[in-house]
Amino acid sequence: MTSPTAPATGGAATSPAVVPGVPATPPPTEQVTVAIDGVDVVVPKGTLIIRAAEQLGIDIPRFCDHPLLEPVAACRACLIEIEGQPKPQPACAIPVAEGMRVRTAATSPMADTAQRGVLEFLLINHPLDCPVCDKGGECPLQNQAMSHGPSQSRFSIAKRTFPKPVPLSAQILIDRERCVSCARCTRFADQVAGDPFITLQQRGGRQIVGIAEDTPFNSYFSGNTVQICPVGALTSAAYRFRSRPFDLVSTPTACEHCASGCALRTDVRRSTVLRRLAWDDPAVNSEWNCDKGRFAFPYLGADRLHEPLVRVPGAAGDAHEEASWPEATRRAATALAAAGPRTVVLTGGRLTLEDSYAYAKFARAALGTDSIDFRARASSDEEADLLRSVVAGSGLGVTYADLEAAPTVLLVGLEPEEESPIIFLRLRAATRQGATRVFTIAPYASPGAAKLGARVLAAAPGQEPGVLAALGRAAAGDDLPDLAAAGAVIVVGERAASVPGTITAALALARSSGARLAWVPRRAGERGALEAGALPGLLPWGRPLADPAARAQVADAWGIPADDLPAEAGLDLAGFVAAVQADVADAAAAQEAGEPAPQPRVGAVVVAGVEPADAPDPGALLQALRDAPFVLALETRATPVTELADVVLPVGVVTEKSGTFLDWEGRARPFGQVQRASTAITDARALGLLARALGRPMGSIEVASLRAELAGLGRWQGPRPEGTAVGAAAPVAARAGQAILATWRHLLDEGLLQRGEPALSATARPAVARLSARTAEALGAADGEPVTVASEHGSITLPLAVTEMVDGVVWVPANSAGSTVNATLRVGPGAVVGISAGGAR
Amino acid sequence: MTLTPVLTAHWDESDSYTIGAYRRHGGYDQVAQGLAMDPDALIQLVKDSGLRGRGGAGFPTGMKWGFVPQGDGKPHYLVVNADESEPGACKDIPLMLANPHSLVEGCILTSYAIRANHAFIYVRGEVPHVHRRLRAAVAEAYAAGFLGRNILGSGFDLDLVVHAGAGAYICGEETALLDSLEGRRGQPRLKPPFPAVAGLYASPTVVNNVETIANVPYIVRNGAEWLTQWGTEKSPGFKLMSVSGHVRRPGVYEVALGTTMRQLLDYAGGMRNGGEPKFWLPGGSSVPMLTAEHLDLPLTYEDMAAAGTMLGTATPMVFDDTVSVVKAVTRWLEFYKHESCGKCTPCREGTGWIAGTLEKFEAGHGSEPEIGMLEELCGQILGRSFCALGDAAATPFPAALKHFRDEFVAGTHTPADVAFDPVAATVLPAGATR
Repeated sequence: MTSPTAPATGGAATSPAVVPGVPATPPPTEQVTVAIDGVDVVVPKGTLIIRAAEQLGIDIPRFCDHPLLEPVAACRACLIEIEGQPKPQPACAIPVAEGMRVRTAATSPMADTAQRGVLEFLLINHPLDCPVCDKGGECPLQNQAMSHGPSQSRFSIAKRTFPKPVPLSAQILIDRERCVSCARCTRFADQVAGDPFITLQQRGGRQIVGIAEDTPFNSYFSGNTVQICPVGALTSAAYRFRSRPFDLVSTPTACEHCASGCALRTDVRRSTVLRRLAWDDPAVNSEWNCDKGRFAFPYLGADRLHEPLVRVPGAAGDAHEEASWPEATRRAATALAAAGPRTVVLTGGRLTLEDSYAYAKFARAALGTDSIDFRARASSDEEADLLRSVVAGSGLGVTYADLEAAPTVLLVGLEPEEESPIIFLRLRAATRQGATRVFTIAPYASPGAAKLGARVLAAAPGQEPGVLAALGRAAAGDDLPDLAAAGAVIVVGERAASVPGTITAALALARSSGARLAWVPRRAGERGALEAGALPGLLPWGRPLADPAARAQVADAWGIPADDLPAEAGLDLAGFVAAVQADVADAAAAQEAGEPAPQPRVGAVVVAGVEPADAPDPGALLQALRDAPFVLALETRATPVTELADVVLPVGVVTEKSGTFLDWEGRARPFGQVQRASTAITDARALGLLARALGRPMGSIEVASLRAELAGLGRWQGPRPEGTAVGAAAPVAARAGQAILATWRHLLDEGLLQRGEPALSATARPAVARLSARTAEALGAADGEPVTVASEHGSITLPLAVTEMVDGVVWVPANSAGSTVNATLRVGPGAVVGISAGGAR
Repeated sequence: MTLTPVLTAHWDESDSYTIGAYRRHGGYDQVAQGLAMDPDALIQLVKDSGLRGRGGAGFPTGMKWGFVPQGDGKPHYLVVNADESEPGACKDIPLMLANPHSLVEGCILTSYAIRANHAFIYVRGEVPHVHRRLRAAVAEAYAAGFLGRNILGSGFDLDLVVHAGAGAYICGEETALLDSLEGRRGQPRLKPPFPAVAGLYASPTVVNNVETIANVPYIVRNGAEWLTQWGTEKSPGFKLMSVSGHVRRPGVYEVALGTTMRQLLDYAGGMRNGGEPKFWLPGGSSVPMLTAEHLDLPLTYEDMAAAGTMLGTATPMVFDDTVSVVKAVTRWLEFYKHESCGKCTPCREGTGWIAGTLEKFEAGHGSEPEIGMLEELCGQILGRSFCALGDAAATPFPAALKHFRDEFVAGTHTPADVAFDPVAATVLPAGATR
């Protein structure tokens, strides 16, 4: 992302990370010299002894210590000698001081006996069930018992036992006799996630980690506790007893679930994904991830398509038959050749950068069409203007580090905990340190906003442009964000596109205040698709299609004549639906007039990874696909789209290929092929086969080649189009029995990629309808009682949660069990909907 | 040496716990006197008196008050540690029953000195009668205008809250006490920061023992010099000492510091069998035991330290030769196992291991190598645990082994109840028979 104050060209000479008034490097910290085992090391003042020792490569055992948690010095495994002090001291809790002389077990008998003594104490009551323990083989207790502990037990009395396991939630279980009371899990839940739902209970040897009665550990981040548990006490229902670590083959990967860009490690055994862990990337996810990224992977292997399908006429109507790849590609190529530039390409938002690039290139070079759109969701021309004029080709703009350093962060159309969980964790870390204040334009303070201490700038959906405009006029105060402060950031979520005028107002506010602007999509592939040029009017890295120089650069890179590239902007998703509807109307009119039907505007549509339920009006999209002359689907599994496709080409899932995601920052998140024995065809290879069949070969379609070709193109340095300012829509009025709809997705919901993991789904937040006390009272609805939200298309009935929020607004989750807004209501945020007490009538 | 009745002077009066009785003997006269002083002068007065903390550690009281940063803009708090739970200690509870107003007046003077407007008395939860009596005393003090807004027109405000604990020995540890007082589970806090800098609600806090604070009004009344007429240079003043065990008259004796155990035994009527103690502990179960050869040592902080033990709470437990040392030490370790908070590994795991192994010796099932192992285990706890509870748990066995090794050796073949008749060791109320 870039600052709107930076040159629009986003030239390499002007780093967008530089903001006037903010020093490029942090101020120098005082350094101190400390000797550890006789070796001097210079570290910043305040460094803990254990961290200083790490710099020297000196190993000190530890269990409770974790660099991202506050020290407790509870396990006592890291006791070392500080010269001049009579007793051994915990290295994890004591900062170094100038001239301090520390001796670890390597040079101090006192430290050595202390460490060995603690290891022995930790082992006496620990069960010897390593052969059946999930942690066995990757266990800090096992490892440190070998390196710093006794080899024989002197313990001759009965070991402690507990009934086992006890569920802390549907997903997280605890085997209490394995627990070493290090309090990493409880500190993580409290300090990092802000969900202090687990705590140490009882005392002495009976101390356990537990939950309050009927209050399970339903935190979006609960899986991290399993990973940081230094023993096998915490396990996940997903992985418990599934595998031994030494049977796993691990690959560093990037998470495909959202645009946060978490570094992950994916573990497979015999080509089956069994586990995902958060991997360490200090610039992005620290060492954490969310439970969706950790546990939502069973979808990878479920309901897969393995063979191409073609539609053939039969006695009982059309039916799909399996076909060979050559047969299927021949059929598809024939239809696409006939449609040519009248083909529309819809790519969803979940493809890798390389696959999106292959689609963008295939559309322009092989089909001659510019009709390509990655946005299978509520979107607008206003948003497309923002993406084309400000976001695309801007490189790494606002970063996580910038968010943490920002004095003020204003959230517009974004609930970080639900929609980009690492932004939530990083903002929480920042607000806990006290230097960052978060403001959010929202109808109510969501649980995530409350945990950020965010001040809510109350707005019913539709009022956001007005609130933003008012902020531009008002002076900063305690209740208002100081956006003129150096480093202030306005974060615009993709939901901002659903309220006209919001993006225009946010951009104007950023320009007038000097605050930087970041755009955060929800899906992992959106930023990459944007940079690949999977948007009408846009070529790779922000090149305007309308610019002849840009077209020439791209044609040159692709080895085709510049004239072969389309010069006119094509259709987006909404344009495609409208064009098919117009075609249907024209055909009907022609039939009535007894004339031959005119050539349809849309001759064929290529669909890849689009879930129709994500579209603002799923019914209209599905009808358009039904009415389109030819549908080619490239999919991993059977979907409503493949059902009505004429040709279906099965492609590989994310673990069957390598690739790159760009996170919301614009940071590349490359990943390797996890299932290395897979023979699945990637989207890019399938397109390569089609292009060859079309007689327009695309060159090498391997990931490395596509990546190199994209890199070779580089960011656009020329002028960019200015977006068109869009005003706010006229305010809507809700009469009695009506309310303005507010909605966004829960992190854990009915999303397709979360299927097949019931323990994860069981930790989702319950779906409720939210009304203010006054609105509820006017409706005669009581807390916990059913409330029905209705549009002309359908209704949703949920229990009411009376919430401190804007009057006259009803909030329901967008895609949770019993509340699928797009599919059921077929209207979006800001729409007037009917509300009534009780169930549907 | 004679008895030095100051705190205990009027305990024999039937209404000694009332404000009327307290005032009859000059009580609360020091409030006006103290509030007229400069707070720093009050701190200096207590420093000059040499008063040391009566809760066990013996830290100089005035110095502790001096650690509280002044003019820092934060609220300050006084917290009185009335969580008397040490096995053998029974001095604060009688004091709060018989003379609660000395504590209340001490709270007023101390709070004024450290610039606190809120004080708390954290009283052990198992003694509801003491809790009731303290609440009554505080109510009387409010009614008389010694607590509340603008005390005696001085402009000084003080609210005093009596808070009952919930039954955990660890809450006598000052930082665990603060956590408990804040409504959390009582476990010790990482230090630094120390309570004087960040204690209750992360604000500067003085935590003092009941007896320490009860001394303050008398020092204000009589001056710093007055206290030094008793005791030694390093241990000035008088001390409530509760004597329990096989003595004829167990109870609380207020004596000058430096009194010997032999003199104290005389006050207590001597041993029940007329002989000498087999072993005795000067200050609760957390200090190393001594034997009859130590009876003539002065009971001061420094003399006890020189003898390898501690004065602690100065509440001697005295045992005659009917008692099995193995059994006594096993009971203490079972207590520490039960009371270990679980926070740190050495205490959580070590107390259970030692107690369980000692139980084998008590049953006559110990082994020679385990004697050495127990010594090592105590060494693995002492100085390695998070707080002093672990150190306390590591104390009884090594001291017992030093003096009575043969009894542990006997524990490898003979049950303690066979070697020592448990009926003979039992203390029964006068006239009672088993």
